[in-house]
Amino acid sequence: MTLLLAALALLLGGGIIVLATSRPHRDWSWLAAGVVVVAAIVGGIPAVQVLAGGTVSTLHWPWAVPFGQFALGLDPLSAWFLLPTLLLSALAAIYGAGYGKSGAEPRSLGPVWFFYCLLVLSMVLVVLARNAILFLFAWELMAVASYFLVTVEHERPEVRQAGWIYLAATQVGTAFLLALFLLLARQTGSMDFTVWAARGIPAGGWAAVLFVLAAIGLGTKAGFMPLHGWLPEAHPAAPSHVSALMSGVMIKTGIYGFLRVLTFLRTPPLWWGWTFIGIGMTSGVLGVLWALAQHDLKRLLAYHSIENIGIIALGMGVGMIGWSTGSAPLMVLGFGGALLHVLNHSLFKGLLFLAAGAVLQQTGEHDLDRLGGLLRRMPWTGTAFLIGAAAICGLPPLNGFISEFLIFLGALRGVALAPGAVAVSLLAVVAGLGLIGGLAVACFTKAFGVVFLGTPRSESARTAAEVGPAMIGPMLILAAACILVGLLAPLAVATLPRVLTNLTGLPTAAIHGGLAGAVGPLLAVVTASVVLLVILGLLMLWRRRLLSRQVVATGTTWGCGYAQPTPRMQYTASSFAQPLLSWTSAVLGGRRQLTAPNGYFPAAASLHTQTPDPLHPDLYRPALDRIGAGLARQRWLQPAAVQLCILYIALALLALLIWKFG
Amino acid sequence: MLTNLILILVVLSNLKLLASSRLGAAIRVVAAQGVVLGLLPILAHREPLAAHALLLAAGTITLKGVVFPWLLLRAIREAHVAREVEPFVGYSASLGAGVLILGISFWMCTRLPMPASIASSWLAPVALFSIFVGLFLIAARKRAISQVLGFLVLENGVYTFGVGVTSRTPLIVEIGVLLDVFVAVFIMGITIFHIQREFDHTAAAPAGDGKD
Repeated sequence: MTLLLAALALLLGGGIIVLATSRPHRDWSWLAAGVVVVAAIVGGIPAVQVLAGGTVSTLHWPWAVPFGQFALGLDPLSAWFLLPTLLLSALAAIYGAGYGKSGAEPRSLGPVWFFYCLLVLSMVLVVLARNAILFLFAWELMAVASYFLVTVEHERPEVRQAGWIYLAATQVGTAFLLALFLLLARQTGSMDFTVWAARGIPAGGWAAVLFVLAAIGLGTKAGFMPLHGWLPEAHPAAPSHVSALMSGVMIKTGIYGFLRVLTFLRTPPLWWGWTFIGIGMTSGVLGVLWALAQHDLKRLLAYHSIENIGIIALGMGVGMIGWSTGSAPLMVLGFGGALLHVLNHSLFKGLLFLAAGAVLQQTGEHDLDRLGGLLRRMPWTGTAFLIGAAAICGLPPLNGFISEFLIFLGALRGVALAPGAVAVSLLAVVAGLGLIGGLAVACFTKAFGVVFLGTPRSESARTAAEVGPAMIGPMLILAAACILVGLLAPLAVATLPRVLTNLTGLPTAAIHGGLAGAVGPLLAVVTASVVLLVILGLLMLWRRRLLSRQVVATGTTWGCGYAQPTPRMQYTASSFAQPLLSWTSAVLGGRRQLTAPNGYFPAAASLHTQTPDPLHPDLYRPALDRIGAGLARQRWLQPAAVQLCILYIALALLALLIWKFG
Repeated sequence: MLTNLILILVVLSNLKLLASSRLGAAIRVVAAQGVVLGLLPILAHREPLAAHALLLAAGTITLKGVVFPWLLLRAIREAHVAREVEPFVGYSASLGAGVLILGISFWMCTRLPMPASIASSWLAPVALFSIFVGLFLIAARKRAISQVLGFLVLENGVYTFGVGVTSRTPLIVEIGVLLDVFVAVFIMGITIFHIQREFDHTAAAPAGDGKD
């Protein structure tokens, strides 16, 4: 715990020093990044110790805030979320130091690094907090710090708009969270998480209310489907290393919070599991479909975050169904898969955002259809992106596969064992996961193909060059982590039991029994993948030997033998996705403007597709407008004259005194 | 006994303020009230006189009895205002409201749990009465000067309560001193900017904009 406090102090002190000493022409980025890296190492040690079987440590300090207590605790569940947070924060900080300034305006980086340090600090505090007030404090600090990071390029109006949407969404979430904590405090008579966990809330009416409040309040941060509106706005607006941090770990604090609340609520009824399967299916399938329709690389990745949160929700749904039906294997595999996917998503989504940032920095292009051919110009970035893309699609032997495999296995086990309606819902999970995986493959084929393959579609893509080592390094480390976690899958699964005991309270034997069924198939998949990879490597070597004595000509990709190929003859992002999108247009909606080629020698033809998200924050606009109009009618209550303001205060005071003492 | 006398004087001065339309007289009444209240810390404590009580009394009397009236009188002289015009609530109605407030204050304080060490049982109701009269004056009058006077009376109420109820150098008295400083700044602002008529014109934005 001392080490963790040291890490927190480092982050706070480093942030303030960088803020205080920064000037527009003096760059302290490396100092700030160094502070974050040191803090991550210092804080990472106790997290690893706890996961490896060390004692759970707690700390209680009195705090002058009413009902508040500076209570921290590091149990395996916290440590599981702490570890990716610290890892990705450190890597993104190094990348950010290499990234330098973003946007056209010259600006001092001091405030950016200050809020970066503050964001990391608040995320650490959120997973460690053991007091409701402290948790809310850290939660709000996280929201404010990330708001200022989203609006770094505030001279652009769309960035300001995105910032407002984000701020409003997070405030709505916090309102529900506040209600949740107040109700919990009313039920238990304490603001302490340890008391809540020890007492528990009996199943019934109140538990259901608390569940709904938690699902909305924490789901807004996590990005569950009808509440996801801020994600595709805020992620493209933020600087890339911040997007990586927000998408990779910050939205996971919502998942952490929900799992923590689940330890207070105990045995969930069946419908909670079904609710989560519903949320997971909607977020997963619709998230990936909208990702497919995007033309902006970072927005596409943001929709994939929603998809992956959907996968995590599916895992949690399976786990909750296991909990309510008393089936240990279902519980272990569902929650285990969800937890593992939290870790994996932070690795590959962090990697993908960093790679997207590198592309953005080198080309300055947001639009997919103005990129292309970057693999030759940016080989490291391209390779890293490819590994991340394969991992996010859940392809073996990469890390995304193992977590989805656990959820699959849990659902299939449940289909075989559970009766009737439960089995049907689990079958839906299997089908949904399969659909999501397939669509994700299509989407990343599009993204990787259009950005990195073919020939450049614009001058800026033609002149792009590889980024510096400070940006390549973190990407390669994350790519290596994706491969390692995948290849060492049985080992990764072996770290889960302590976290699962912490979460579900199941005896260790039951958890090992549940996971044992997964280790065998995983080992087989890993072995087969390694063998296939070795064969592939040998084939490539053989090919090189065969070609070494031949003359090899390089031509344009998709040249198709035309005499004068142009980049405009390539597949575009829109045309690649068109078949899938027209097939799902009933769900997605979207607009197309097609000027079809006409006559024997067609002169002009064009196709524009646009698929706006119907669940965009604008969805809430009519309702909000009506509320706004209703409130505007009450404006006469708010006086322009000072006298009336004072009168209101006096009357309120008088009424309160009479009510209290009368 | 002397404490009770002071408290009665405070009540009477408050009622006089409610019924008075002449600003000069009102300023002098508030000044007198300040001087009388300045004596309160010396009388309220049964312990032997402490240095801090004397210091507090001296500070209060200087500020409220000399500095503020001088500033305010200069302000009305320079702004050429002598009377309150068209108040929102008339003077006799104000007096009636004052009596009502006095009743409510005393009634409310019978319900209020009080510490045993309190100097006089009238202390809390009079303090409450001053606070409400101050608020009433701010709400019911148009002149900026009247509102400053209302604010001073309100502050006097807080001060009365703080000095009378708590026994040694209490935080609440220090807060009162802070409020004094704020009032001083307030008055300076008025003198400097020569607000001629209603407080409204500069302090509150026109309707429709800046309401939030």
